Amino acid sequence: MSNVGIVIVSHSPLVAEGTADMVRQMVGDEVPLAWCGGNGHGGLGTNVEAIMGAIDKAWSEAGVAILVDLGGAETNSEMAVEMIGEPRSQKIIVCNAPIVEGAVMAATEASGGASLKEVVATAHELSPS
Amino acid sequence: MARLNLSRLITAAADTIAAHAEELTALDQAIGDGDHGLNMKRGFEAVRSEAEAFSAKPLPEALKAIGTKLVMTVGGASGPLFGTLFMALGKEISSAPDRANLTAAFGKAIEAVAARGKSQVGQKTMLDVLQPVHDALLQGKTPSEIADIADAAAEATVPMKALRGRASFLGDRSIGHMDAGARSTALLVRTVAKTIGESA
Repeated sequence: MSNVGIVIVSHSPLVAEGTADMVRQMVGDEVPLAWCGGNGHGGLGTNVEAIMGAIDKAWSEAGVAILVDLGGAETNSEMAVEMIGEPRSQKIIVCNAPIVEGAVMAATEASGGASLKEVVATAHELSPS
Repeated sequence: MARLNLSRLITAAADTIAAHAEELTALDQAIGDGDHGLNMKRGFEAVRSEAEAFSAKPLPEALKAIGTKLVMTVGGASGPLFGTLFMALGKEISSAPDRANLTAAFGKAIEAVAARGKSQVGQKTMLDVLQPVHDALLQGKTPSEIADIADAAAEATVPMKALRGRASFLGDRSIGHMDAGARSTALLVRTVAKTIGESA
């Protein structure tokens, strides 16, 4: 797949899966998509290994945009990107955007063949800063 | 400095975290998401279960491997933060560190934690314990003095307002509670200081 991939990382598997459902409704199978949520032990939280797995699953040579919810999801996602290492890590960006709106908007942009930079910029437009 | 007995250090650290898991969770429940004790315990038990393998490695590789293990098992933001501390320490430390090397490596590790958490001293985090401990190392304090400095530094997070992490959502309501990460850091510092002090 040549379109940018989208990864959704929430503390809650229900939020992550629900967000992924909303993305699929919008873009179907045109965008590589993966989600993960939970601490890997049945509780709320995020897990570096699961995030690395999701990045693998949604991998695209065009890059991967990650949408996260709260702080730990961001820190763990950044850690996962670092552990994946170069050269792939240069094509993975953790977005600063609300998780649901960001994922849907980013995926919609990606489905039109936009570059990683454009996909991320679309998500970032949702975050006033 | 006495030769580090890594296996003893790992056991002592895991014992300390296990003994204080409920206290850490209670601190985190007050101003966070309440998973710190359980998460840290899970991570340090995972490290304990491979203590023999870690101890067989040269110190830099052992610390990097311990950091990676913590990243993969702690979960929550504490995993990458404590993991980064150990991984960065391993990157900078020599296989038989003297105090100067340990102090320099510790300084670099603190920078790495600050970068990972996008945080700095004074924001009610583990950095508020790590930095005074680094200062104490520079000033040539004894292990038992360093342990006391770490405790006092954790205590000093009580009146601070949280600017990073889940506690920052509470704004002024975070004032009056000790930061759980600062407390766990002080506990680990005391454990390491005590273990090293005993073998000196």
